[in-house]
Formats: sequence, structure tokens, C-alpha cells
Amino acid sequence: MKQISGINDFVVKFANVNGSGSASANHLFAKAIFRMGIPVSPRNIFPSNIQGLPTWYEVRVSSKGYLGRRGGVDLMVSVNPQSMEKDIADIEPGGYFVYDSTKPLESHLRHDDITYFGIPMTEICMREFKNPRLQQLLKNVVYVGALAALLKIDFTILKDLLNDQFKGKEKLISSNAHALDLGYQFALETFNCPLAIRLQKGGNDAPHILESKHILMNGNTAAALGAIYGGATVAAWYPITPSTSVVDAFAQYAERLRIDAGTGKKNFAIVQAEDELAAIGMVVGASWNGARAFTATSGPGLSLMSEFLGLAYFAEVPVVLIDVQRSGPSTGMPTRSQQSDILAAAYASHGDTKQVLLFPATPRECFDMTVQAFDLAERLQTPVIIMSDLDLGMNDWMSPPLEWDDDYQMDRGKVLDAEALDKTEKWGRYLDVDGDGICYRTLPGAHPDKGAFFTRGSSKNEMAVYSESGDDYVQNVDRLLRKFETAKSHVPTPKTHPPIAVKAPKTTLKLGALFFGTSASPAYEAVEMLAEEGYPIDTIRIRAFPFHESLDQFIHDHDLVFVIEQNRDGQMRRLVINECEIPPGKLIPVLNYSGTPITARKIARKIRETLSTKSADVVPLHPETA
Amino acid sequence: MSYIKPKFRHPSLPKNALGVTIADYDGAISTLCAGCGHDSISAAIRSACFLSSIPPHRIAKLSGIGCSSKMPTYFLGKSHGFNSVHGRMPSVATGASLANRELTYIGISGDGDTASIGMGQFIHLIRRNVNMTYIVANNGCYGLTKGQDSATADLGSISKNGGTNPFDGIDLASLALLQGASFVARSFSGDKEQLEPLIRAAMAHNGFAFIDVVSPCVTFNNQAGSTKSYAHTREHLDAMPLDYVPLRDEIRTQYEPGTIQSVTLHDGSVIHLHKAGADYRTDDRNAAIAAARAAHDEGRILTGLLFLDPNSQDLNQNLKLASKPLNALGKDELCPGSKVLSSINEGLR
Repeated sequence: MKQISGINDFVVKFANVNGSGSASANHLFAKAIFRMGIPVSPRNIFPSNIQGLPTWYEVRVSSKGYLGRRGGVDLMVSVNPQSMEKDIADIEPGGYFVYDSTKPLESHLRHDDITYFGIPMTEICMREFKNPRLQQLLKNVVYVGALAALLKIDFTILKDLLNDQFKGKEKLISSNAHALDLGYQFALETFNCPLAIRLQKGGNDAPHILESKHILMNGNTAAALGAIYGGATVAAWYPITPSTSVVDAFAQYAERLRIDAGTGKKNFAIVQAEDELAAIGMVVGASWNGARAFTATSGPGLSLMSEFLGLAYFAEVPVVLIDVQRSGPSTGMPTRSQQSDILAAAYASHGDTKQVLLFPATPRECFDMTVQAFDLAERLQTPVIIMSDLDLGMNDWMSPPLEWDDDYQMDRGKVLDAEALDKTEKWGRYLDVDGDGICYRTLPGAHPDKGAFFTRGSSKNEMAVYSESGDDYVQNVDRLLRKFETAKSHVPTPKTHPPIAVKAPKTTLKLGALFFGTSASPAYEAVEMLAEEGYPIDTIRIRAFPFHESLDQFIHDHDLVFVIEQNRDGQMRRLVINECEIPPGKLIPVLNYSGTPITARKIARKIRETLSTKSADVVPLHPETA
Repeated sequence: MSYIKPKFRHPSLPKNALGVTIADYDGAISTLCAGCGHDSISAAIRSACFLSSIPPHRIAKLSGIGCSSKMPTYFLGKSHGFNSVHGRMPSVATGASLANRELTYIGISGDGDTASIGMGQFIHLIRRNVNMTYIVANNGCYGLTKGQDSATADLGSISKNGGTNPFDGIDLASLALLQGASFVARSFSGDKEQLEPLIRAAMAHNGFAFIDVVSPCVTFNNQAGSTKSYAHTREHLDAMPLDYVPLRDEIRTQYEPGTIQSVTLHDGSVIHLHKAGADYRTDDRNAAIAAARAAHDEGRILTGLLFLDPNSQDLNQNLKLASKPLNALGKDELCPGSKVLSSINEGLR
């Protein structure tokens, strides 16, 4: 049997039982690899459950710095009999299986093409630790110790991390360190260490990642920091996985960074609302009154917020909403990742509405785009929805460090204060003075005689006086469309990459790939795989809706464009078809909607399959240049 | 269509402490039906704000959806207003109050807006003790959709089409008392003598002040057999009159000794209650609940100030917000800067 080999390039997956303390041990494993300066991307694949159901933790190690899922598992660590049979079946031929050998492995679980490493984790812990809870928890640390020997993790780093994690709790540090040692020693004495897959400091093909002093953080924390730096003062929310940690992190940072030095009082307000309807209502009220306010939610919450999103669109009230997307309805797969709120968000609400969407792909973008969302919402006087997802929001990603320009000034948009109102001869709340569809706003309490108006949905004229005239309605919604056009020049532009040079192209077709958010990392990897196979593919990563004109151009310039996304209906593809003047047949959906993040291998396979059947049907656009 | 009232006012109109006349508290001309109780409430709000000398632009008016929620157009034209979403005004008011604690907030809602679609938000608004005056113009029916019974329609009340309401009505004042509202009153749109001082006291109160105002619908619910008609309300009223005396003003009316209970509000203004029966006190929540219930059982409508907690702490205080309004904070107070971010980065390596 040929064993899988590779330096800094493999996938390890942990199969655990929810609530057994595996999360912190698995995190320890991933963080140690990160501290060794090796690109790593951990992913928690967890059930909607507190205790007892199977949970997995997948760690991708990639010398080239690929942070998306690759697909397949090279080494499986299993301490969960419930899922063991399937977990073993998921291992690639030539892969490795680490398990708790306190009980012997049943014979049908032995495959010829897998190397087995039995470690009596339970037995070791029962022998070495008296406390029943520790006996349970430290099993996980024992296997991390064993992996340190098998994969050559820097043992000093592991111990440093324990010291960081349990600062001030000496007993915990010593018991964890002992468990690490036990696993490490057992593996060294029992197995032929290290394996053919292993870690090596400096053994990367992506030195740029390490030069920029990367950080390891999740998107929800980054977005929360964006809200802090963007000057948000009101956060109203209702708990919903996977968005909850956005406001949790905001609260933690605000308690540290937003306390008035003189009085100890708070320069922020956080309200856990009774539901999502109230959460966004509070945001609308606070924004209407001139504070920067935001909420965070997920799919079902987005649905509940739709009515207010419609009002805010028509009444032109800024709203910042962070949608951490998940799979399906409340009894769907709330702890699984998808990009399936695209259409619900883009056209959120009744009447003719179009909402501004931002699509972060990294924690760094979660931070930057959240700051930007507050500027955009106030500049455009409309809701701005940040379309994150569980994979980005709740998993740790290696990211360039967050950066801040101290010269940044908040863009509060067109707001007339008392002084400006005194200088203004004729003011009407919905007069399009500048021709960009954005009108001048006033805040309650600003001026004794000028600028007061009644905010309402759409039954109004340019002077904000009640009107049910059809002409006034049409004039208003046409101006809102003009404003949406203006938004195009304010939102982040798409990122494009030319194709990787291919020596002997297998096709004359001009190929493009279009993606956004967490589909980007595995898409870039898939594009590199396909380039090696002779398929050159241009890429465009959408970062905002409304779409920039370069998107139309990109589609126009290609014979086929693969639209890579994580939902069943190809929602981004549909949005592009709806909004751009392009022939729909050019856009080939590449989809994944299983709830686990899309893999590079799946993307490459789908594109490969399509090309093998499509090439003959499609006449190249520009055959002479192909 | 609303249209603008003529601006001319007689020069001898009385002025308040701000030196302005009641005309400065006008809104647009009402488009509600002639004789609608809601217009009387608008008038009471207008004169309450004038008498209390609150600068109109320092008041924000918020409403939900329905006939009631159109009302803010018809008073205080110099105030910002927000006609929001059906049943969701409480959340908008909560957010607004958090953003700027210095304004006076008046919420206008109806029985459909509060007791049905907005029940959840109403209860939570009470629970959070948002500093605002919340008035329900309560007519027991849906006006804009043409007269369906609302959740506050009384058991046995006969609707315009002759149907008898088979359900017990929701008593919003009792509900507010039970949920711990710090100021609860009930009144009648036809009783300006009582409603006006109640509104003034509510605006002076630090916290959530609820006034349930029976406000007959002349078009759909003023017929014989309706328990929220003008005639029925007048006949069944148990009114507890009161005076509101702002800080430093003197009591102008004299009452017989022993018939007055005085309550001092947090801002130093005083409420004098009289003719209420010697045994009624506004500081006993359980007694208020019992009194409201007893009146209900007898088919009477108990109006007046039912309960007041003068020591109430509002949402902003309970959240320990700094005194400067959140919407007035600038970049220096909000943004921690690049050095702090560098240290945060360091902690993530």
C-alpha cells in the first residue's frame, strides 16, 4: 500500500462527540500549526445540539496557502463510535486513522488501504487522572500529543499555547501538559514517527503569507471589530446561530474600548430584542435619530426583518445588517453553512426594492466592509447588508492583520445640521438637489424651525408631505433607482484575475469563473488545478450588489462563465441574469448545498465535466484570439 | 390629501414660557372623520406640549399603522415624526430613545396596532421602561379597514353590522400594570380636563408612561350597543380628575382638604389628584389592578392616573449609558485607533 505523503500539505479531520471538550483541543492543534508559520485553515462542522451528537473538526494544511476546503481526508482522528464507520470510509486510499484503542476495533472497520494507529486514550486517562471530568476532557489532549509526534508539531509551541489558554490556572496547565506528554510519548514509543505526511517549519510554497504577519481570526469577530471602529453605538439583535458571536464579540470589545473614562458609563447600547422584528426596528429608530446602529442575524431572522428592510428602503433610513448565512429554515440545518440568502437579501421586501449587499471573503474583509457598510448606509441612506456565512463567520481563518488608518473620517452622508439649514433656502426631504438620487436628511431636534418632516414609506411627495398621487410615487421610486445607480460608484469593485499561463491549452473557449464570499478560496484553488490540466480560466470575485459594470464586461468577454456558489438554485447566477444584459446560457452553475463548505476538488470536477460535454456545443466568441 | 393651515394667528394669543403661542404646536389639518375622538387627543397633546413649554423641535413623534397612527401629522408640525410599521413603533421608539436621550418621545398607537399585531413589542417596551409617552387611541375597532372588531372590543359589544363580540377584550391598562409599567393612566378623548394634565405628567415622567384613551370611532363603532361609543363611555365613566403642576408653578385651583393626593415627579413637578375617593392611591400597583378589574366587572370605565412610580429608572439609566447622547459622539470617542488594533492583532497570533 502506498501511503499518502506530503510536507505541509494534507487534511486532518477529527470526529468527536458534541460537548466532550474536543473543540479546545482541536483548536490547540490548529493554532500550533499556525504558530509554526504553516498555512492552516480549521473548520468546525457541528450539529445544532449541546451534547451528544457527532461533531467534526477539519484542519486543512496547505503549503501553498489554500484556505478553502480541498475535499477528502488524509488523516482521521476518531473518538466517536457513532460515526466511525462512515468516518473511516471518508479516508483517502493510503490515508491514516487514529483511534481510541481502549476497546478493540471491530474487524469490519479495518480497511486494507488505511494505516491504523490505536492509542488507548481512555485507558491512559483513567490511569493518570482521578477527576472524572478531566478523564473525559484530556482524552482529546492525549490525541493532540500523539499527533505532535506523528506529524512533527513543535512541542514547545503546544506548551506555550497551553500557558496562554489557561493563564493563571496552574493546575489546568500541568494536567493538560501531562496529557500532551502522555500522547506524545506513547506515539513515539509505539509508532514509526513521523509519518509521510508531516509538518516542517519553512517548508511552504507561500512565503508571502508569513511575511505579512498573518492573524488567525473568525469573520464574526472581525465584523464586530468593524462595528467598533466604524463607530456603531447601538446594536440590537436576537440570538440566532451562526450570527450570535458577532454581537457577543461586539459586547466584549465595547466593554473594553467604549467606556467613558471619566464616568465609567457606556458609549454604546446593546439590546437583546424580543425577536428579529424588534431588533431591526431598534436599528431603524436609532439610525433615523442619527446614531450608527446595526444588527446581526441569519436566514430566518432576515425573513422576519424583511418588512422593516422595505420601510427603511422607502423611508431612506440607514441600516447595517450582518447576515451570517446558514442552511435553510429554523428546523433546517442551522449550524451548516450556505450562501443561500442572496435573492432574499437583494430584493428584500415588498414593492420595488433593491438592497445594497457586500460580500466579504475573508475576516479582513469582514472588518473593512463592516466599517464601510456604516459609511455606505449613511451616504446612500439605505440598508446595507453584509453577506457573510457560517464558514467565514464562525471558523478561524488565516488573514492579513487588520489595518486602520487614523485619518479615517466617518462619512455621515448628506445631513443638514442647524447651521446648514439656516443657509438653505428651499429644503425638501426628498428633493434630488444633486441629481444623484440622494437627498438631504435632517435629524430630530436639530433646528427650532427648519428641517422637521414626517418619515413614512412611499405615500409622500418631494417635500415629505403626505401624497397618494401616482406621479409622486413614480417620481420617488425612479429617484430611488437613480440612487441605486449612484451606489455602483460607492460599493467595492469586483476583483479580477487573469488566467494562469497554460502551455498547451485544451480548449479554444474563453473561460471565466465568477464567485463571491467563501466560495472564493476553493475557487481560486480549483482554477489553479484546472490550469495545470490545460484549462485557462479568468476569475472575477463579486464584492457588492449593485453590480459594477466590469461584471457585464467580464461576462461579455467570455464564452462560458462558471458561477460558483453554495445554494441549490444558483441564486447569484439568477441575480446576475436579472440585473445584467447577458445571455443566460453562458452562465454555468457550479453548486454545492450540502451544508458543508464547497471544496476545490468538487469545483474542479464540475468544471471539468462541463467542459468535456460543452466544448463542442459552444462556438468561441473570438476564435481568432482564442 | 393633507394641506397646510393658514399661518396667520391673532397677535393676542397667549404665549408660554418659551414665548411662543399654541400655533407653534399646530400640525396639518386632520383627514380623520369629522367627530373622531383621535382629533381630540391630538388637540390635547398640542395644548399639553404648549402648556409645558416643551420646544416643539425637541419632541419626536412616532406611530405605527392605522387611523391612530396618522395622528402625529395633525399636531406638532415642527417636530420630526415617524409613521413606521404596523405594530412595530415600540422598537423604533426604543432605538430612537437610545440614540438621543435628550428628546421627548411621544408614541401614538391604536388598539389594533398595540393589542394585536404589536402586542409583543408593547409588552417589551414596558419591560424596558423606555422613556416615552405612549398613547393608545382605543376605539375597539379597525377603522382603516372598515370596522372589524379589534382585540380591545368588549365582550358583548355590538358592532355596526350587528354582530356581537364573543371574546373578552384585552384591557391594555391592566396589562401594563401587570407588566410593571411605571406610569399607567386611562382617559377618554372627550375629557380634555383630565387628558391634558395626564399627558403633561406622562411627558414629565422618567420612564415609560402609558395612557389608554377611549377614543370613539364615529364611523364604525358609535352605534347603540357598542361599549366604546361616545354615549356609552360618557354614561359609564368613573373619572378621577387631576391637576398637573410643573416645577415652580403654584397650584391655582383650591380643593377641600383631605381630597387631594400629591405626587412629585423626578423633575420636581407635581401631580395633584382629587375627587378620586379618599382611598385611592397611585403608588399601590396591586390596588390599581384591583380597581381597574372591579370597574371592568361592573361595566364601568375607570379613568385617571392609575399608577405612578416616581423613582422609575429608564432604559438609558439601566443600560448605564453615558450622559452625552450616542448620536452626538464623534470619531474620537468611538474609534479606538490603529495602536489598539495592532495590539488586537498581536493577540490573534
